[in-house]
Amino acid sequence: MANKPTFEMPDFGDLLEGGVVTTPKIKPSAMVHSEPYRASSDHQQALGFPGELIDDWHDVAIARLGELVKSNRGLQVYLDSCTKCGACTDKCHYFLGTGDPNNMPVARQELLRQVYRRHYTIAGKYFPKLVGAKDLTEDVLDEWYTYFHQCSQCRRCSVYCPFGIDTGEVSMAARDIMNTIGVGQKYTNEVVAKVHKIGNNLGLPEPALADTLEGLEEDVIEEIGVPVKFPLDVQGSEVLLITPSADFFAEPHVDGLIGYAKVFHQAGISWTLSSIASEAANFGLFIGSEDQMKKIAVRIREAAIQLGVKRIVFGECGHAWRVAYNYLNTLAGPFDFLDPKYPIPQHIVEVTHELMQQGRILLDASVNDDKRVTFHDSCNVARASGMGGVVSGQFSLPRALIKASCNHFHEMPKGTTGEATFCCGGGGGLLTDELVELRVKGALPRMQALKSVDDNHDITHMVTICAICKSQFTKVLPYYGFQHDQILSLHQLVGDALVFTEHS
Amino acid sequence: MYVALLIFTFGIIRKIVVYARTPQRLNVLTMPAPRTKAGVFIRMLKEVVLFESLFKSSVWTWFFAWLFHAGMVFTLIVHLRYLTNPTWVWVDALIPFNKIASACMAIGILGLLVRRCFVDRVRAISAPSDYLMLVFFLGIPVTGIAMRLLTNTDYSAVTEFAQGIVQLSPKPMSGHIILFLHIAIVCILLVIFPFSKLLHAPGMFFSPSRNQSDNTREINMSKPSKSGTSSTSGTSGINHGE
Repeated sequence: MANKPTFEMPDFGDLLEGGVVTTPKIKPSAMVHSEPYRASSDHQQALGFPGELIDDWHDVAIARLGELVKSNRGLQVYLDSCTKCGACTDKCHYFLGTGDPNNMPVARQELLRQVYRRHYTIAGKYFPKLVGAKDLTEDVLDEWYTYFHQCSQCRRCSVYCPFGIDTGEVSMAARDIMNTIGVGQKYTNEVVAKVHKIGNNLGLPEPALADTLEGLEEDVIEEIGVPVKFPLDVQGSEVLLITPSADFFAEPHVDGLIGYAKVFHQAGISWTLSSIASEAANFGLFIGSEDQMKKIAVRIREAAIQLGVKRIVFGECGHAWRVAYNYLNTLAGPFDFLDPKYPIPQHIVEVTHELMQQGRILLDASVNDDKRVTFHDSCNVARASGMGGVVSGQFSLPRALIKASCNHFHEMPKGTTGEATFCCGGGGGLLTDELVELRVKGALPRMQALKSVDDNHDITHMVTICAICKSQFTKVLPYYGFQHDQILSLHQLVGDALVFTEHS
Repeated sequence: MYVALLIFTFGIIRKIVVYARTPQRLNVLTMPAPRTKAGVFIRMLKEVVLFESLFKSSVWTWFFAWLFHAGMVFTLIVHLRYLTNPTWVWVDALIPFNKIASACMAIGILGLLVRRCFVDRVRAISAPSDYLMLVFFLGIPVTGIAMRLLTNTDYSAVTEFAQGIVQLSPKPMSGHIILFLHIAIVCILLVIFPFSKLLHAPGMFFSPSRNQSDNTREINMSKPSKSGTSSTSGTSGINHGE
């Protein structure tokens, strides 16, 4: 993986001491050239959006903004309440990595808020200059496209905002407005269309999926001599596993899938994948479209009914878990046909953790003695969902599994983990090659933290539980002098440490 | 004065009603979050009274912001002396500390103003109104302190004037120009309040990232439910901590 950056790499700066990340001086317009490819008219129309910029785009955009504000209390409160106190200005990884002032969360929000002020507040109507209100011009629209696609909706800013203002919500609203007037992003919209058409983000059809799974069964039995199954569309299974499609073949994701399968096998839980819901990801969230989010979520309910399962379990995927945890019941419920003994839905980490506590699986940490690992909290798991039915379970459960599977675990510096975790730099629909400069620079704070723990403990692997994080880090680690294969699925670690015993 | 009070009161009530009526269909709280309503109440209390999130973000900003707000709340309470007759005992007891509170308010605002002028990131996001508002707020304690130190204002006359306002039979106000200035600035801010970022005061009670509870796997928000997850705690709109 020879990566020769075509852009200036940010340097590591001072090494993190006590979790203090270096804040750059502002560099206006440093990232103004970075924008993702725009969606073609086919991709737009597949989602019911106009194919290209419509003639009366200005009026439609303003009207759509009004609708969103009226139908979303959070958005309205967020647009009204910002005092520009500056608490968020040094919290965004894209700002820390680029210094572009428009990547300060408050400045990003202002791109939308200035237009809201102009059209929906008295002060902005009559004293635009005084209060910083602006008309929606073509230039402003271009800025929207550029900078609302430099937000990964990771919500780190909202933790530090005294009013809880969530820039993610603001950027979702902006993307929704842009889609409504025909300015969509290629990567996200193409992916959503593929989910509707084929069932998963990668466009992997059912026969190919069946083949892949069969191949995995052969690999596993060859390697460890245990007949671990990878069932597809098996009626009457106990568990329906919904996992990101990258788990089916990409490294290091697939080793995670093998880990889930081993756990189910050893615990004697019958499970299946579904060919109609062969994807956990829900990019409807990224484009701020509740309709799309709902359509994608409903597939899961249909698959569960069709297969007659009792439980729904999600694999390692950050935003998918956010959508599942918070919205699955609301958007696609009720799920009264499932076994009420289990939370609906469950995360694979919750399942494995419970099995471990009940003694139904045994982990031998010494198997992983060649590894010294750290853990990257994925933003959507950390700040937008929970686990285990206890406050902060999303931090303690994965760590409990890691510690049970590996004797050498070291935390990254404080202020870069838990609720303060830094985004990998590729979330929110930005995991596309044309944004590689942004992705590399946005990863800087996480790379600083990794470097810090690496210098002290000679870390071999960073473990994570999100498909986007895994893909992003595989790509950007080499830019910072690490190896692309230093990123691990949590369930690879678990699967390797799992002790196989005869079922009694 | 009446106009300002009316605009303020009805402006704020209108906005609170709009916030309360605007649906929050999905859960967008920032985790980790409390799982019970009592937990949410404590979280909100910490935010409103202690500015917990701001503290996490930057201790200096927190220090000045908290000094400003706490000083303001304290002096507001002490101003009850002009509205109560005879002055309530506990208000009377607070009067000696009022000088300190006014000074705290002024120091807090000055700190925020300096930060806005000299931190490049904060300067970059500031509009003229952001500076102006701090200057107005600064004017309140400055004129208040000036009145004490430079003029021999007849405070019993102020009491009479204030009670005239309350009893809807306003009496002509006599006093130094600084007193007029003091009251004028307050009136301006009351008028601006419902149309500006000062809405953060009622707004923070309605912020879904803070006031929801973590129970989304148990409830369906699209259906009216007994647990009522989207209900806001503290919708009274009376902003004690601000």
